Amino acid sequence: MTDDVEIPEVNHVSGSGVPIRGNDIDTDQIIPARFMKVVTFDGLGEFAFFDLRFDDDDNRKDHPFNEARYQDSSVLVVNSNFGCGSSREHAPQALLRWGIDAIIGESFAEIFAGNCLALGIPTVTADSETIADLQDWVDANPDGELEIDIEAEEVTYGDETIAVTVDDAQRKALVEGVWDTTALMKSNAAAVRETARELPYVDDAAIPDAE
Amino acid sequence: MSAETLYDKVWDRHKVTTLPTGQDQLFVGLHLIHEVTSPQAFGMLRERDLEVAFPDLTHATVDHIVPTADQSRPYEEDAAEEMMAELEDNVRDAGIDFSDPTTGDQGIVHVIGPEQGLTQPGKTIVCGDSHTSTHGAFGALAFGIGTSQIRDVLATGTVAMEKQKVRKIQVDGELGEGVEAKDIILEIIRRLGTEGGVGYVYEYAGEAIESLGMEGRMSICNMSIEGGARAGYVNPDETTYEWLKRTDYFQENPERFEELKPYWESIRSDADAEYDDVVHIDANELEPVVTWGTTPGQGIGISDPIPEPESLPAEKQDTARRAQEHMRVEPGDTMEGYDIDVAFLGSCTNARLPDLRRAARIVEGREVADDVRAMVVPGSQRVQEAAEEEGLKDTFEEAGFEWRNAGCSMCLGMNEDQLEGDEACASSSNRNFVGRQGSKDGRTVLMSPRMVAAAAITGEVSDVRDLKEVNLA
Ligand code: SF4
Repeated sequence: MTDDVEIPEVNHVSGSGVPIRGNDIDTDQIIPARFMKVVTFDGLGEFAFFDLRFDDDDNRKDHPFNEARYQDSSVLVVNSNFGCGSSREHAPQALLRWGIDAIIGESFAEIFAGNCLALGIPTVTADSETIADLQDWVDANPDGELEIDIEAEEVTYGDETIAVTVDDAQRKALVEGVWDTTALMKSNAAAVRETARELPYVDDAAIPDAE
Repeated sequence: MSAETLYDKVWDRHKVTTLPTGQDQLFVGLHLIHEVTSPQAFGMLRERDLEVAFPDLTHATVDHIVPTADQSRPYEEDAAEEMMAELEDNVRDAGIDFSDPTTGDQGIVHVIGPEQGLTQPGKTIVCGDSHTSTHGAFGALAFGIGTSQIRDVLATGTVAMEKQKVRKIQVDGELGEGVEAKDIILEIIRRLGTEGGVGYVYEYAGEAIESLGMEGRMSICNMSIEGGARAGYVNPDETTYEWLKRTDYFQENPERFEELKPYWESIRSDADAEYDDVVHIDANELEPVVTWGTTPGQGIGISDPIPEPESLPAEKQDTARRAQEHMRVEPGDTMEGYDIDVAFLGSCTNARLPDLRRAARIVEGREVADDVRAMVVPGSQRVQEAAEEEGLKDTFEEAGFEWRNAGCSMCLGMNEDQLEGDEACASSSNRNFVGRQGSKDGRTVLMSPRMVAAAAITGEVSDVRDLKEVNLA
């Protein structure tokens, strides 16, 4: 069996920002369900926030993802409960493929944050005032560099360095490069079988022999 | 050790180890898969040259994209056909059971698991679908996962998770006439907010919960996720066991019932279990709840006024203003009398047999209002068949409802069942997000199945208690 996927450590993420304002931006807004009729995630990037970016006749609406000045941005700055709704990994996949490497926000829906982590995308949080300031700064400095230090839980932009919060497990996973858990968990296969055998509802026949 | 919740006990029994990240590696007792979120995960397995570790503990269905009218193959829509074909290949190669439409067992993943007895107390259940929380109604620990986690589960039979806090939601008292499980959960989400459950698992308890049948408990656990909780559960009891006895698994393996019952009893929350939080709801006070906005937390009793945005917490005001504009509602009005164009009776929240029966009692002998497009989409082929046998199909069709085949349908508009333009829909589903039902200008009003039936008949959001129920034989 081979499993030689390189899992990079995600310690620092830097890039210019793009503000997406509003609370409760749900996964249906991030990627409408009709774009999920696909068997791979490739090409989802162009459909990120689609219904917020285009009207019925496919005319462009006002949206940061449509603005020329944000086309190279890689750090999304959002408000509260971002990514609520469904468990579709299509949502962070669409953002990733659009070019987003990290998200700073007031708060995130749990499954969404977990899905981001599985792709190595940090979701770091700060209070609403800090976020509003950051969004304003990004507006005024679309080419300005934001630097996220995951381990130190800091974001630096302009002359400011602000404290942010990174969930403990997320921080460890990113910094130590263990956010892709497949190989790690696979290596515990014997203990997994043991746990399964102890469970009264698991038929022994359903537990495969050791490889 | 005593004084533990069901959550603690089931977690501990399934914990393999603690990972370097601090997360626990949990064994997964049942992995349900469907066509939308699994193909990419199978693709990742192939890239890494990995195989499905526990095919016998995995079960597939097709629900999101399946057409609910003409189901002959190939499906009319190429994308739907491609997804279905991909799923067929994946399950065949891995040796995974598949409740496809030719089996008569197909349906929404959260309807078929409980029907077949796959869903059992004390199991860990995952699926690439947020409404996996539904299965918690049986005292299982059930949560939705993303596609990378599906890859983990396929490859290892385990998932990495952080343990959460437990909030007990104690619903005492008795539900009044015309009020049901859906109203309880809409009320919980209205009160605690769509983020209120973040970091928590919800344990639903109290006499109003215990007196519900399994379907009602499923409707409640289903929408835990709308309240921000990753999972929700009800402790297993005689109602649970009665359901289990009648399922395929225990019909085929009757000896397993007695063998497993001690385990089910042992994982119930202890009487003196400690909770991180407790919330009390009085069922006597509830009336039918409907939503006025574009998040499931924007709900009100049918006779309550729509709130002034200024009266809400600061961080909710903007969302409320935008929602009221989208829905075209005015603060101070009630939702009663809100014109609807479509009535959708379906989804994993409310498309089980008792849901359809209750709605049929409202519909019987009446007619769908002019200009209202009304449809029933049973949650599974079995629900559909049983409903047809007892004449519910006739009742609905005679009233002017369309009777469709099982699937997710207009709950999320991934097949041909979609809202058009700015149509307003009375819906028994779980999400009223902008664009959710297939049109970005569409307007969704969430409510119980009986309330959907009432809206279909009157052409507007109505108080079902004003419509006399007809007793069906
Ligand atoms: S019925 Fe709706 S909520 Fe349920 S699984 Fe299907 S799409 Fe999801």
